[in-house]
Amino acid sequence: MKLRHLGRLAGHALAGLALAASSGAGFAKPKQDDQSFQLKDKPYPSTYKPYPGEAVAIVGATVYDGAGGRIDNGTVLLSGGKVEAIGGADLSVPQRYARIDGAGKFVTPGVIDIHSHLGVYPSPGVQAHSDGNEATSPTTPEVWAEHSVWPQDPGFTRALANGGVTSLQILPGSANLMGGRSVVLKNVPSRTVQGMKFPDAPYGLKMACGENPKRVYGDRNQMPSTRMGNFAVDRQTWIKAAEYKKKRDAGKLDSRDLAMETLADVLAGKILVQNHCYRADEMAQVIDMAKEFGYKVSAFHHAVEAYKIADLLKENDICSAIWADWWGFKMEAYDGIPENAPLLADHGACVIIHSDDENGIQRLNQEAAKAQGDGRRIGISIPDEQVISWFTLNPARALGIDGRTGSLAPGKMGDVVLWNGNPLSVYSRPEKVWIDGALLYDAMDRNRRPVSDFELGQPGEGDVK
Amino acid sequence: MMARTLVRDGLALLAASVSLPALAQSSPQGAEGFAITNATIAIGDGSAPIHGGTVVVRGGKVVAAGAGIAVPAGVEVIDGTGKWVTPGIVSAVTDLGLVDVGAVDESNDDYAEKAGFNAALDVSAAIDPDATPIGVSRAGGVTRAAVAPVAANAIFAGQGAIIDLAADIDPVSRPRAFQFVELGERGAALAGGSRVAAQAVLRNALREAADFDRRSGISKIGGAKGVPASTGDDIPLDPRMAQTTQGRADDGLLTRFDAAALIPVVNGRQPLYVHVERAADILQVLRLKDEFPALKLVIVGAAEGWRVASRIAAARVPVLASAITDLPGRFETLAATQSNVGRMAQAGVKVALGGFYDNDQPRYAPQYAGNLVAVAQIPGATGLTWGQALASITSVPAEIIGEGGRFGSLKPGLAGDVVIWDGDPLEVTSGPVAIYIDGVKQNMVNHQTRLRDRYRHPQEGPLPKAYQ
Repeated sequence: MKLRHLGRLAGHALAGLALAASSGAGFAKPKQDDQSFQLKDKPYPSTYKPYPGEAVAIVGATVYDGAGGRIDNGTVLLSGGKVEAIGGADLSVPQRYARIDGAGKFVTPGVIDIHSHLGVYPSPGVQAHSDGNEATSPTTPEVWAEHSVWPQDPGFTRALANGGVTSLQILPGSANLMGGRSVVLKNVPSRTVQGMKFPDAPYGLKMACGENPKRVYGDRNQMPSTRMGNFAVDRQTWIKAAEYKKKRDAGKLDSRDLAMETLADVLAGKILVQNHCYRADEMAQVIDMAKEFGYKVSAFHHAVEAYKIADLLKENDICSAIWADWWGFKMEAYDGIPENAPLLADHGACVIIHSDDENGIQRLNQEAAKAQGDGRRIGISIPDEQVISWFTLNPARALGIDGRTGSLAPGKMGDVVLWNGNPLSVYSRPEKVWIDGALLYDAMDRNRRPVSDFELGQPGEGDVK
Repeated sequence: MMARTLVRDGLALLAASVSLPALAQSSPQGAEGFAITNATIAIGDGSAPIHGGTVVVRGGKVVAAGAGIAVPAGVEVIDGTGKWVTPGIVSAVTDLGLVDVGAVDESNDDYAEKAGFNAALDVSAAIDPDATPIGVSRAGGVTRAAVAPVAANAIFAGQGAIIDLAADIDPVSRPRAFQFVELGERGAALAGGSRVAAQAVLRNALREAADFDRRSGISKIGGAKGVPASTGDDIPLDPRMAQTTQGRADDGLLTRFDAAALIPVVNGRQPLYVHVERAADILQVLRLKDEFPALKLVIVGAAEGWRVASRIAAARVPVLASAITDLPGRFETLAATQSNVGRMAQAGVKVALGGFYDNDQPRYAPQYAGNLVAVAQIPGATGLTWGQALASITSVPAEIIGEGGRFGSLKPGLAGDVVIWDGDPLEVTSGPVAIYIDGVKQNMVNHQTRLRDRYRHPQEGPLPKAYQ
């Protein structure tokens, strides 16, 4: 128990994540039309193809669309891997659709976790599996998380079955200032990472401020050992990146530099900054650093003090990716409060509930509900349908994939969870989960319960987890 | 310590009088007693909740709880309409009171890797009732805890204590309540690199303790200044302090202090909490009773307990287990499942939720218990009924830590540890609205609530936030 946490402190979990995204317009999107964005710039391409799924009509359920809408006694049609339509009881269901009785049940978009280390810190958490942080230098923007992801991490299957998670961002750890590129995955079991990669999702750059970098490198008697050192190293690195980009834009590069490629693409708006940062004052400094160098923070991850600067975060269109009430485990987490999410929402700032944890990812719905309840007790009433967006559409936006998933809009990916009760209740669990219209988890059918290679032939193989 | 409950109200008043006004909300309420009426009452003994019920607390103890209960004259009446009432949550085992900030070493007393002692370490001297996690946990409905040290330099972590979370300066109700030992993966590392070593270290230590007792008669001669070993109170005197000039075997490996501390363990007067996870390790623990028949064992962890549940039940060894562990996080938890607690309970094991450290905060116990109710609905899974789930965080942990006769449910005669909730206590959207410990209404203000109130609106006012 204790050990697990010490591992966390020393390793990935503390390091937070830094997602950057924002709740609405002005959000940096990858520029697919940029001429430099050619095939050679998109190596390790996704090979993910949706699995076949039959046309389905879920009828009679309470539908939360992820975008703040709610339909009682609603109908959801899935066909061709897409959400075809959603509506009320009057929405006509074509003959060929398999009807699923949703009476007493609830439908939401697939859950999205913007901050996960599944695959890079997989189970079992042995040293040989510790691939989440190339912390050998204060900045390692040259590393890509996808080159560490182990697709056989049993955690992916738990996130699907117990958490209804259909997409997730895998981040490098936060021991260093620039931890490397993230990768966005569909939560579909695969032999290869490429087989899980969310097609054409923008990359993220994991950045971290605060205690972790200064502790890790300070302990090695190297820079940075202070918060001012953190900023100095960041700024020097951005200066180099700006020079590299200038050369690249002018076609004057002599050779490739993996680190600078990533940073130049951040400055070009193609890669989204996901910034681990706890303290309000530090977030304000990071916002100014982003302005100094002309990039945008998509989301502050962990952001336990976001409530202190809700106005500033709203004004700068930056999401806060947070736990409901994790708190106090390190000095910069000491001012965390359970009302963080509702206070942010009350001031119109973007809220994302994230996990950073192989257990927490199984309960993002419960964490959001906890925060909702804590808000209610101080007079902030947030409707269920808005709370649902904290773990569906809002993370999709901060990942730059909201055009394709995150809500139940017609034409979007058929990423859908049928819950056996209100997902904002502790008593509810996913009953069925579709990814791109394919039924990949069914609590009522053992044949729709994935088992990773690691668990084959071991005690508990195939058990209900 | 023995007179402590008698002076509790006085201490609470004293604490209030010297505290900052914002923090001084402990009240002496409870002397005359109170009654909560027309609420949904959950006794905490495994039974289903009772609607429209009443709880009466007088003299710091529960007098009655249930339906059709008359309110005695002279007690304060609290309208419980729309509210739920439960016993306080009992957190076993945890580092509450030993830690301010997990990653700030100098704020922590939970482990001592450079200490010269291990089994002799006694956490009761270090528990800080002002530690922020205590106030936060109290506001979450946690009223009692079994506080355990963390093993750092040997398989023995040292001796844990039973505390209450009341807003006063005297938290320890039972020092040296148990010894904690690591015998799984962690124990292997601490013993020198293998479970083989851990088993040898354990056996040697218990035999040295028994030998020391035979030579010195510590368990018979009693404690310091010749006071007899039993004082009438059931808290044994500290054998480390025994005055004896008797020696020990020449080849002893333990320090004298550590050996003395293990005498009540080997004699069965102090329970031995053993942390193991995998099924095979659990069976090894059960077999210890063949060699050391007096041992009073409690298993902590037991992620694979469901695979040997009938053996645990037959040995009548209680278990403190995690509700939510379902990943093979280590090779010793390959078969972890959220059905573990339910399956053990079904097999007759006395099992409570336990192990509240770090980000498994004590105040999460109701959520974890609620998850076991949810699990029960999944085909092939085993969970708990609602009543069992509440009992798994109240009366059952109280019984396992040896305090079932003092607190843990709303049965008459037990401590007036009462939580009023704004809804179903196991539901994640619910929270406590009032908390009583020994019948005393508790302060719910803490660092978090003060920050929350200051930043209800983030903008600065006419003066900076620091003046707010």
